[in-house]
Amino acid sequence: MEAVKSFYDTPVPARFTGMLSWLITLDHKRIGLMYLFAILFWFLLAVLLGGAIRLELMFPGENIMHADLYNSAFTLHGVIMIFLFIIPALPAVFGNFFLPIHIGADDVYFPKLNLLSWYLYMTGGVIAIVSLFSDGFPDTGWTFYVPFSISTNTNVSTAVFAAFILGFSSMLTGLNFITTIHKMRVKTMGWLQMPLFTWSLYATSWVQLLATPVIAITLVLVMVERFFNVGLFDPARGGDPILYQHLFWIYSHPAVYIMILPGMGVISEIIPVFARKSIFGYKAIVASSMAIAIAGSLVWAHHMYTSGMSDTAVFVFSLLTFVVAIPSAIKVFSWVATLYKGAIQMTPPLFLSLCFIYLFSVGGLTGLVLGAAGANIHVHDTHFVVAHFHFTMFGGTGFAFFAALHYWWPKMFGRMYDFKKAYAAAILVTAGFMLHYVPMFVLGLQGMPRRYYDYLPQYAAGNFFAGFGAMFMILGIGLMMVNLFLSFRRAQISDPDPWGGVTLEWTVPSPPPVHNFVTDPDVLDYPYDFSGVVAGAVNKSRRT
Amino acid sequence: MAPLDPSGKKMGMWLFLYTEIILFGGLFVLYAVYFARYTPDFIDGAALLDRGFGIVNTVILLVSSFFVAAGITAVRKGHTRIVLAGLWGALACGAIFLVNKYVEWGHKFENGIYPGSETLVDSPGGLNLFFGLYYVITGLHGLHILIGMSLLAVCLVLVYRRKITAQQDALLENSGLYWHLVDLIWIFIFPLFYLVV
Amino acid sequence: MEKTAHIFEYKTLALTLAGLLVMTGVTVGAACIDLGWVNVWIALTIASIKASLVLVVFMHMKFEGRALRWSFLSTVCFLAVMIGFTFWDVAFR
Repeated sequence: MEAVKSFYDTPVPARFTGMLSWLITLDHKRIGLMYLFAILFWFLLAVLLGGAIRLELMFPGENIMHADLYNSAFTLHGVIMIFLFIIPALPAVFGNFFLPIHIGADDVYFPKLNLLSWYLYMTGGVIAIVSLFSDGFPDTGWTFYVPFSISTNTNVSTAVFAAFILGFSSMLTGLNFITTIHKMRVKTMGWLQMPLFTWSLYATSWVQLLATPVIAITLVLVMVERFFNVGLFDPARGGDPILYQHLFWIYSHPAVYIMILPGMGVISEIIPVFARKSIFGYKAIVASSMAIAIAGSLVWAHHMYTSGMSDTAVFVFSLLTFVVAIPSAIKVFSWVATLYKGAIQMTPPLFLSLCFIYLFSVGGLTGLVLGAAGANIHVHDTHFVVAHFHFTMFGGTGFAFFAALHYWWPKMFGRMYDFKKAYAAAILVTAGFMLHYVPMFVLGLQGMPRRYYDYLPQYAAGNFFAGFGAMFMILGIGLMMVNLFLSFRRAQISDPDPWGGVTLEWTVPSPPPVHNFVTDPDVLDYPYDFSGVVAGAVNKSRRT
Repeated sequence: MAPLDPSGKKMGMWLFLYTEIILFGGLFVLYAVYFARYTPDFIDGAALLDRGFGIVNTVILLVSSFFVAAGITAVRKGHTRIVLAGLWGALACGAIFLVNKYVEWGHKFENGIYPGSETLVDSPGGLNLFFGLYYVITGLHGLHILIGMSLLAVCLVLVYRRKITAQQDALLENSGLYWHLVDLIWIFIFPLFYLVV
Repeated sequence: MEKTAHIFEYKTLALTLAGLLVMTGVTVGAACIDLGWVNVWIALTIASIKASLVLVVFMHMKFEGRALRWSFLSTVCFLAVMIGFTFWDVAFR
């Protein structure tokens, strides 16, 4: 085992070394890590922006920035978090690194396309920065709603173009993954022997593939309107601005499932490993992933109850929204049932997964409040909505991202981090999170609108607590990152399977060699069969 | 490790074609809604378009698709000369299509019908939307014709260099698929713009 | 490999082209008769038949396996949902 060289020491293509061996690599593992560092950069930047917004709102009146800057700040926070962090976070980093290993393959089907996707991602990021320094960053919010996005003088075209490029990157990743899963699974692995993370990526990829072109054409139309003034959404010339919202949400609602589905996949991997127990309802989780992908594409207009669309549409989309809750709940029940009577071994990844289940459940249930047409009218466009989607997107996908980092860190880098600091960071983030977003639910119910620069005195207490919690949360995130990176000062671990996982990535050395498998790996008949791990642990304890 | 399954390349291409279908699909959503809302204006708009151009361009694209399909049959059979003829034919068709489009658009521009023109701004809303969609959809389609022609041109060069053969025809097959899709979309554009009554 | 070896003969392709051209004629002819709202549906039906011909013959869908057939149908369904569900709004406003 010692003799195996890891992929860090073996560049692909072989003739390049140093930076070039990364920048023109075709190795899915290196590309995954390049995504990781780019994404972490954007994430931390957007976290700081979010912190600045919260700091501004902590006290009434102007505190650290003026109103125009505030508008740009929340737009930038949204655009970065959505397009540069949450959408690519799990598929591009962990999907790239682990999807081929999970299915016993050597790489993705189109390695060059994979590298191209990374470059498109970076290009999109650079263009987003450029738009900052030319005419000022857009103040439209990440939704780019017409008519404001067409008439405002800020640099919407560049920002929209950045989002267009990022969409391309995401779409090509989806295309690559679907082909890989169809054509490169090791011969002995049937569809129902794939790990659940792979299944969730499969469902995600279909949504990426079919929904992303809608946002592409929508953003193109914004640019066309700005340059050629066609009037497709201009009511004065027969157009209908609400159609823009339809097109936008036809993508952007399915996009929230692009964000959450891989997160659910990560949790489905982690829970059985640390419960030492087969996942409860494997087929139900698979089916619910696909059901979420399908049903999630039918509910987009629940973002538009107050837009002036027909009451019939409000009724239909509200009804369908309740349907989407079912498959999500199936997953939550399955995870909890897996933990029941398991031989639980507490570790940082499991701890973060448990936080995920709690926070995501709160996010999901408050989503039902918003999905119900009557309640929605009351809290539409208030802080309640902001709190809700942060519970699902950050409490959900964000925590799944943290959990995945902690779970796969030893495999990706061959180092183990300090558990105590990891727990401390996780507790700090979670506690700060609650203190940050729970007051925002209350503020929303009291009627404080989102995206407002200033507020009435009665909202002062809630905003103060939210800002206070945000600071704790940012501290916690900082501690978590520091702790992870401090692991590089520790000794290399030799155990390929520090957690006792049974999916294929734990059968190869940490970090993996450049060719993942020397021979076709043995595939378990059932992907979460822990009988071998449990028997091994018993033997080990007998010997000592 | 097992060798790569070659059919994956074709699958990847099909997946890409799906994204193209949905890309145009977004525009067809707009078309459907505005057509339902402004049917009389759309009929007036269609009457202003030259049906002859539409018919000729439809025939040209159908023939070009036949050329490409015949080229793929020929490459499998090893009939290199027919492959070359097919690709040249398809490229010629594409070029004629674009010239026609240029003349047609130019004619409209001369009559003051273009996005944001005074004629359109002063005309009823439905007419403005009809021509707005006409320019956006046929413009995007024209762009796809250009991309498709570039792909076919690359294939042509590779056939001359004997890089595309009966054993190794994935690129030609995929370019062919792309070209057919562009034709497929035109099959719907044609009646929706030229034949509204 | 065997599956991809399936090809159509030149004659089949030529007949398909002929069919497509005839249907183009039919759809132009149909547009000369004013039938009100029925016209659109006739035009779209003919266009769908033409598209299917291109798909099955020119694009070799006839030889493809389940994965591509079903995924193509899903794409078309998604497109139909995009257009159809928007009408929950615009048709009842």
